[in-house]
Amino acid sequence: MSRSRIVVIVWYVFLLLPLYWLFNMSLKTNAEILSGLTLVPRNPTLANYRTIFTDPTWYSGYINSLTYVVLNTLISLSVALPAAYAFSRYRFIGDKHMFFWLLTNRMAPAAVFLLPFFQLYQTIGLFDTHIAVALAHCLFNVPLAVWILEGFMSGVPKEIDETAYIDGYGFPRFFLTIFVPLIRSGIGVTAFFCFMFSWVELLLARTLTTVNAKPIAATMTRTVSAAGMDWATLAAAGVLTIVPGALVIWFVRNYIAKGFALGRV
Amino acid sequence: MGKTENNKAWFLVLPVFVIVAFSAIIPLITVVNYAFQDILGPQDRYWVGTEWFKEVLTDDALQEALLRQLVFSTAVLLVEIPLGIVLALGMPARGAGASAALVLMALPLLIPWNVVGTIWQIFARGDIGLAGWFINGPLGLDYNYTADSFDAWITILVMDVWHWTPLVALLCYAGLRAIPDAYYQAASIDGASRWAVFRHIELPKMRGVLLIAVLLRFMDSFTIYTEPFVVTGGGPGNATTFLSIHLAKIAVGQFDLGPAAAISIVYFLIILTLSFVFYNVMIRVGTGSSKS
Repeated sequence: MSRSRIVVIVWYVFLLLPLYWLFNMSLKTNAEILSGLTLVPRNPTLANYRTIFTDPTWYSGYINSLTYVVLNTLISLSVALPAAYAFSRYRFIGDKHMFFWLLTNRMAPAAVFLLPFFQLYQTIGLFDTHIAVALAHCLFNVPLAVWILEGFMSGVPKEIDETAYIDGYGFPRFFLTIFVPLIRSGIGVTAFFCFMFSWVELLLARTLTTVNAKPIAATMTRTVSAAGMDWATLAAAGVLTIVPGALVIWFVRNYIAKGFALGRV
Repeated sequence: MGKTENNKAWFLVLPVFVIVAFSAIIPLITVVNYAFQDILGPQDRYWVGTEWFKEVLTDDALQEALLRQLVFSTAVLLVEIPLGIVLALGMPARGAGASAALVLMALPLLIPWNVVGTIWQIFARGDIGLAGWFINGPLGLDYNYTADSFDAWITILVMDVWHWTPLVALLCYAGLRAIPDAYYQAASIDGASRWAVFRHIELPKMRGVLLIAVLLRFMDSFTIYTEPFVVTGGGPGNATTFLSIHLAKIAVGQFDLGPAAAISIVYFLIILTLSFVFYNVMIRVGTGSSKS
């Protein structure tokens, strides 16, 4: 067995242990958690999960999160597709500066935007709505989407465009019926990344919402109360936040290898 | 690859410009507005010039946070990049195991950041966490991340390695899969050693993706907030107060708009400079290497 294989096996153990521990705790009662360490729950219970699925303040958090994540993915993709095409095919005034400026927004720390966003969305009356969070997440997801899609589009030979134009296709028809299907794996990968970064972000999502659009990640802070931490429910909620991500990875697993290179291999 | 000169392409970029400008430029103007004024109430504001900047830049707390941030980002890169490469080389390339390995590897990336914090907060606790219990008990070391600065640092660093090394590994894995088998066959005919194969075939082919990995990891670790906030809250003391945590404490915690805005601008300029350097390096290396 080669040395790097051993490193990989050790890594996967390291990767899975904290996740197992969370899962393990989610099946216990608070009494058992606090009474001492047990590697396997003594009396496995689904009570913690039942709490989450029956309490609207809990499960609405999941619905809110998924709503703004899906909205954000749709907005990001629909504006990024034509822009990425422009960057991959044409030279125009200020194109390089524009591309750089977009990238700086991907790198900008969310903490800088905290207060201005709060005031901006309150002023325009979108505070505590799903669309507010979706728009705020566009700050980093749109540049990323343009970047990834540009990589994939540059891999498509230009001759295809030229042939289509000679055949009498207009731009919209060519783009939607020929070009988009050609890069559909790239679009899938981009959607995956948009979903991922919107789903995992909390700082902006929490700042822009109070009740109606409150994300699940913010709901989880509720478990701290005067009676101490509700570790068991917290663990169950944590396990449930991993599920959508795991499902999404499973769907794109065949594209992951290519996708993570952002179309640049 | 020749691109056509066409300024009408701007119409295609316009929606992106509008939507990002809405989220980036308007807030930035607000920040600049605050940075040069002392705002006591809606009708009660004074122009203070560069006073906030002077106050903020001579503030020890900010300098310490910046230093901490640089040390942290450097440590993250030094651990995650080599580890990611080794993992990518060792992951199964094909067969049923490959799919499962990929899905598992990507799992930490899709966990909300505060849940990552929660997972490690629980896992590293001495009383109810497996790792904390193991280190204190069977290993016999004195470990408590809520009280000891060094332990807190190690916890945050290990958490970040757990969370983000998969990104580096998956990028490198993607780079490796793009190498045709013929390269390896040629190398084995020449009797090349494992190291020579890595140094002269695999590493050059991974150069593009490695640059993306370094860029993303540096920038994301430089703006880290949620995970250490959940685990340590910036403590003990200020031991793990990184730049974003420092900024959020002043902006949302104390509601000091002026200093917070001044820090934001300084922070943003640092990011801008670093992005500029990275971007230019990427373009140069990108065009010089195998960007096919």
